[in-house]
Amino acid sequence: MEFQIGTEPMAGSEETIFVPADEAREHLVVIGNGMAGCRAVEELLARDAGRYRVTIFGAEPHVNYNRIMLSPVLAGEKTFQDIIINDRAWYDDNRIDLIVADPVVAIDRSARTVTSQSGRTVAYDKLLIATGSDPFIIPVPGKDLPGVISFRDMKDVDAMLDAANRGGDAVVIGGGLLGLEAAHGLTLRGMKVTVLHIMPTLMERQLDEAAGWLLKSALEARGQTILTGADTAEICGDGKVEGVRLKDGTLIPASLVVMAVGIRPCIALARAAGLEIGRGIKVDDHMVTSDPDVLAVGECVEHDGNVYGLVAPLWDMCRSLADGLTDRHTGYKGSVTSTKLKVAGLDVFSAGDFSGGEGCEDIVLRDASRGVYKRVVVKEDRVIGAVLYGDTADGGWYFDLLKRGEDVADIRDLLIFGQAFASGGGALDPKAAVAALSDDAEICGCNGVSKGQVVACINAGACSLDAVRAGCKASASCGSCTGLVENILALTLGEDVQSGPKTMCKCTSFGHDDVRREIVAQGMTSIPEVMQKLHWSTPDGCSSCRPALNYYLLCALPGVYVDDQQSRFVNERMHANIQKDGTYSVVPRMWGGLTNPRELRAIADVVEKFNAPMVKVTGGQRLDIFGIKKEDLPAVWADLNAAGMVSGHAYGKSLRTVKTCVGSEWCRFGTQDSTGLGVKAERMTWGSWMPHKFKIAVSGCPRNCAEATIKDFGIVCVDSGYELHVGGNGGIHVRVTDLLCKVSTEQEALDYCAAFTQLYREEARYLERTAPWIERVGVDYVKARIVEDDAGREALRARFLFSQQFMQDDPWAERAAGQHAELHQHIAQVRPLETV
Amino acid sequence: MMTGDWLDIGSVDQITPGNARTLPVLGGEEIAIFRTTSGDFHALVNRCPHKHGPLSQGIVNGGVVTCPLHNWNISLKTGEALGEDKGCVPVIPLKVDAGRIFLLRDAVIGKRAA
Repeated sequence: MEFQIGTEPMAGSEETIFVPADEAREHLVVIGNGMAGCRAVEELLARDAGRYRVTIFGAEPHVNYNRIMLSPVLAGEKTFQDIIINDRAWYDDNRIDLIVADPVVAIDRSARTVTSQSGRTVAYDKLLIATGSDPFIIPVPGKDLPGVISFRDMKDVDAMLDAANRGGDAVVIGGGLLGLEAAHGLTLRGMKVTVLHIMPTLMERQLDEAAGWLLKSALEARGQTILTGADTAEICGDGKVEGVRLKDGTLIPASLVVMAVGIRPCIALARAAGLEIGRGIKVDDHMVTSDPDVLAVGECVEHDGNVYGLVAPLWDMCRSLADGLTDRHTGYKGSVTSTKLKVAGLDVFSAGDFSGGEGCEDIVLRDASRGVYKRVVVKEDRVIGAVLYGDTADGGWYFDLLKRGEDVADIRDLLIFGQAFASGGGALDPKAAVAALSDDAEICGCNGVSKGQVVACINAGACSLDAVRAGCKASASCGSCTGLVENILALTLGEDVQSGPKTMCKCTSFGHDDVRREIVAQGMTSIPEVMQKLHWSTPDGCSSCRPALNYYLLCALPGVYVDDQQSRFVNERMHANIQKDGTYSVVPRMWGGLTNPRELRAIADVVEKFNAPMVKVTGGQRLDIFGIKKEDLPAVWADLNAAGMVSGHAYGKSLRTVKTCVGSEWCRFGTQDSTGLGVKAERMTWGSWMPHKFKIAVSGCPRNCAEATIKDFGIVCVDSGYELHVGGNGGIHVRVTDLLCKVSTEQEALDYCAAFTQLYREEARYLERTAPWIERVGVDYVKARIVEDDAGREALRARFLFSQQFMQDDPWAERAAGQHAELHQHIAQVRPLETV
Repeated sequence: MMTGDWLDIGSVDQITPGNARTLPVLGGEEIAIFRTTSGDFHALVNRCPHKHGPLSQGIVNGGVVTCPLHNWNISLKTGEALGEDKGCVPVIPLKVDAGRIFLLRDAVIGKRAA
């Protein structure tokens, strides 16, 4: 094939080059792209990455995601993106061929091939079946009506969210773990939910009667209707679900029915292939089926008479499987499981056997006022089961005792009070509790990470929570074990957790204030000079210190210092906001939030001309045009400039917007001309670079429609003048402003605004908003500088206005005129020559 | 233009020090070509291993580019994510000859694989 370089627009036929198969390696084909299949491959790669060539078939159109986190997605606590375990890059990096949305429909063991729905036939050396399980659908009339769904995959969650958007009634059939999580999510999404459970106790496989009753009461208090002993006769409806009728004749209206009565191993494919089947696909301790070249793992298998429907056994199985495939043969010995209900605010834990029986002793603690119920089952001085409701902090400890089969005779009297008491420490120190856990105690259930693995990750250099999450995935999914991980960090590292001297960044031993002081004291004028004189340890800094130094120099030397484009974050270099897909959003300035037909027409024309997929009104009363390519930015700006609009600086550590209400000109409550003052304030402050973004608002009366009391500088007009407020923030940590002072004229309000802005510019650290800055220096200090020191205020104001002379050039106009064209254009393009 | 195994993609002065330019490849992945402040040239697939941010738009410091989306630091030499982050982006072999930048042809076109 011939290639050419061209700078003309790309055209020509798409061609595909297939990577030649690596025939030298054995080919492992995995049926199932779910948690078991991918975990098995992960374990295998960790042991011997080059041993097998891997192909994975998935029935769903997704990469590998964490199925047990579908409940938080339904509840709105997570997005699908959050629960992806391995993204496309993982498959690519490990050279795994992933075939999605194309389930395998047949296995030919004599030819050693599999065939997919689309007709693709692939040969294998080793085959791994990880088909998981199917939801069990009870065989009642109406089970196939539209609106009857299960709760198994992302498609089901989408269907539930869709139904919830339309509102109405939902019935969940099944009061087990899955059913209750579905009911919880649908309730949060606004549906009126009835749970039908055929047994007398909710979650009867995991909970005893007492805990089941507490759970039922708690769910009813949250607005759900729980019917136990409810036997479904039919699902009624004409063309779609309209309700559920019970055998006792009760009719419950519903527009959505979720079947969550249980799961069954998905074994049809294995059965058709003639593999030995029991309740699941029969496997030995190395997860090998009756055919030595076919393995199986996860919920589809039966091992030693047991079938599992929880995630933890899967981690154990995958380890043994990978050991076997790499000739280490450790062998799977079965799993003891524990259960946690993922419903926010309801703590339910159970593990082991609590059905009672000969030789079993129950130790029970109830605290009715706190809604706590604990039951530990002991047999022959060993813990064999535990049920906890309301306080599950000791769940991990009981489970650990149970798995290790430890003799608890000595601590039996204190056992029920939990680890802190029973271990004899006396003090309720959560750190001591974590310290006492054994190395193989499970910390993160979502990702199957033991305490030993977390410690190993920390010892390998992870010294913060984020680093542990990146390193071993502990607490990276549902986060309920975050406290445990933090305690392990503290235990392992002592005082070294995330601490260290507060230097500007790793390139220097100086803090922000030191660097700033030295820039002024030594009269430094460039970034390389600062780095040289202050002994920077890196050749040209990093992405933390360079933007900060650039700002400090810009602030210290207005009109002299030449802005260093390479030290600007992308948004400030491109004068637009980068979005996750690499396109940009563009916000033209609308002074004080006012606009007119000419501006609106120009924006509308830009949206159509450049096919912008979305236009949105921002929180700061501007219009944001999304989806503009970097190549198109100069042309977009030229069009907006032509209608008189300039950059809105929505991308900068700079004055963002001045938000206003309509004020005395129109509003019957308005006391002053808040829009007019807002426009004046914006004309004065626009274009100024700051330590961080800076927002102003002007409200025309104390009703405060412009939300001035959560802005960096807020003006609230009153009959007698203007209240000036500072240091507000509406972000992650909402902070209401401090009242700076009250002034009587509009000019004073503007003067104080300029002085305050300059004080912030000169004294706050880079990337420090006004709110934390004021909390650090104290509002009294700000009052002393701005209100009590008239000469000082005037000097600050003068310095601000002097600096502004050099700042108020529209950066868009320069780019539209061709400056820095290289930032917007490709260097060249590669395209194939036309092939005939 | 083509010169044997190497593709000539332009003169060195088309990229200012500390900056990057992009090279779209029809049917393949876009390539980012970086010029460090010390004058070295590097080429990577223009796609952060984390959330696929355009590395060409990041801040270049030393032999490292910081992704504009979530501040991952990627080595320009090896394509590896630095620090606690794990991931790697393909490096495209590059040479500078007589003031021109050349990329290894197979590495550029290889990106076109299905």
